Amino acid sequence: VSARILLQHAEVPGLNRIDTYERLGGYRGLRRALTEMTPDQVVKELEASGLRGRGGAGFSMGKKASFLPHGDIDKYLCCNADESEPGTFKDRELMHRNPHQLLEGVLIGAYAAGASHAFIYIRGEYDEQADILDAALTEAYSRGYAGDRILGSEFTCSLVVHRGAGAYICGEETALLDSLEGKRGNPRLKPPFPANQGLYQGPTLINNVETLCNVSHIIVNGAEWYKQFGTERSPGTKVVSVSGDVQRPGNYEIELGIPAREIVYGLAGGPAGGRRVKAWFPGGSSAPVLTAEHLDLPYDFEHMAEAGSMLGSGAIIVIDDSVPIVPIALRLAEFYRHESCGKCVPCREGTNWTVKMLERIDRGEATPMDLDVMADVQDNIIGNCLCLLGDSMAMPVGSMIKHFRREFEAHIEQQAARLRADGRVAGGTGFPVSVSDQAGLAVPATGDAA
Amino acid sequence: MSPVDGFGISNPNLPVDPAVSEGRVPGRNPQEIPELHEVDCPAELRERIEELMSRYPDRHSASIPALWSVQERYGWCTPDGIRQAAAVMRVTPAYLESVASFYDMLELEPVGRHTIYVCTNLSCQLRGAGEILGAMAEATDAPVGGSSPDGEFHLRSFECLGACDLAPMASVAGHYRGPLTPEDAFTIATQLRDGGSPADVLPEKRLREAQDDHQGGGRLEGGTA
Repeated sequence: VSARILLQHAEVPGLNRIDTYERLGGYRGLRRALTEMTPDQVVKELEASGLRGRGGAGFSMGKKASFLPHGDIDKYLCCNADESEPGTFKDRELMHRNPHQLLEGVLIGAYAAGASHAFIYIRGEYDEQADILDAALTEAYSRGYAGDRILGSEFTCSLVVHRGAGAYICGEETALLDSLEGKRGNPRLKPPFPANQGLYQGPTLINNVETLCNVSHIIVNGAEWYKQFGTERSPGTKVVSVSGDVQRPGNYEIELGIPAREIVYGLAGGPAGGRRVKAWFPGGSSAPVLTAEHLDLPYDFEHMAEAGSMLGSGAIIVIDDSVPIVPIALRLAEFYRHESCGKCVPCREGTNWTVKMLERIDRGEATPMDLDVMADVQDNIIGNCLCLLGDSMAMPVGSMIKHFRREFEAHIEQQAARLRADGRVAGGTGFPVSVSDQAGLAVPATGDAA
Repeated sequence: MSPVDGFGISNPNLPVDPAVSEGRVPGRNPQEIPELHEVDCPAELRERIEELMSRYPDRHSASIPALWSVQERYGWCTPDGIRQAAAVMRVTPAYLESVASFYDMLELEPVGRHTIYVCTNLSCQLRGAGEILGAMAEATDAPVGGSSPDGEFHLRSFECLGACDLAPMASVAGHYRGPLTPEDAFTIATQLRDGGSPADVLPEKRLREAQDDHQGGGRLEGGTA
């Protein structure tokens, strides 16, 4: 089941130090690219390998790199290490264990793109990993893998580890660029796409940590070798983060296309205590939830999309059958409300209203009609904003209502009955007696479900 | 001074907002770039920010790193610290404050010495984050989102910290620890109160990755197949 490319040497002691990394064949890819290949050949090789972006969108990396204009322009490469998607922790482990693998990928990527400056934008919370990267970077500079005339070639590239300061939205590529330019992290209108006009208005290649970690392996072993892993349309391996109600949460490197059940049960051990899977997110909290019946689908980009969800960042969050769904939906909506940057009205207002409606449902003050209103709100968010943050709330919340509508309705009824029993509602109209009642019933913001 | 609208133009019809007209330091205009001699910036801070600016093709990129430096030095992004950074960077204090207010980890109010983030997002929630948060509030005597009266702790319920394999977990001054039990919260609080370093609390619950490898005792997390 498991193939290992990225986590191949993960257990080797001292892998974070350059001597160990070099001993295991490290920086051979960079050397090969710089001495035997032109930037165009590197791009072609990446395109031929079929490597798809691992950050969520799944776009061909080689194709993305080929969009950058040629010529003597200041170009940039940004590595997106702002891993903030709830449930995702693969990049953290990749950077923590094997920082040089990432640095090598970044430098080869910069060579392919013709970038003279490369940045790793790492989320501020990953303080330990940023320190590890900084230490690795110093080593790389001292061996001539970064900086001026790398390995005696004509290629010069500076590399900086840039720490964010806590904002989910900065994982969105254009918000990341604004943040890296020293501004508030608001997304930009696209087009122009970053490949044409990105950082400092220059052509910019942006890739996720895991995507770039694959690069040196493809350059060393070739596109054909890479394509033997995974499926035809989703080649290679994927590091999957499994968490939530499973017995062995953690990162697993798998070949795309294996049944999801293999991952949830075979590798992560499934829910404890004989409980069953009630729902699962196949690609981080932004992916619409799937249910137990979808567990036998092959885990790859296409099948997850066909099932109405997405592979996303490859983070599987498992929810077992002992957990009520309403608090999950509420917690999720609160997250997106908190992280909405506020630039686009449908997202800023839509996330807020969704939280309010879910709170009402949780308090027993809603009617089943509110579920339709809520679905309507989600419809008004999707596709109407500069970035996908609003959609990322609308889709999973919508999917929960779709799959668990009966449970939502039962929750509304049950809570309303409880209110009536407490004498807090007159005549079962579903509305609170007074505004002060409403305030008194406020649910705690966090931790009310587990 | 007269009220100023969004374009920096005086508009007598707008109400006077002290935050705009006087800034966070009374009597100083946050829309003017302060001169270095006006702000009494410590030499190390100035050198640090200048070094940060030199890393980027555009000095503005150093704004978040500069604010980190201010926060490191003063414990939070103080109005004076922001003015000092602004003077070094040649930007307005208002600009830096607008950046600082966007990001969760940059503090614009005084906070306790050790910042603890308890992750309360989905994966941790499923594993009992609510209990951990409650225990941490009790152990540190800090309300969620506030600081303890003794100034030792600053406690926040935080969105996904990217360590769901350690759920439920917390970041203790940048050091990830998990999976936590409510008792662990008291251990953490006691050790830090007794002068322990955040890097040393609950060593068995840190990320079992490269640090172990440094000692040659590399051990894989249960999860990595």
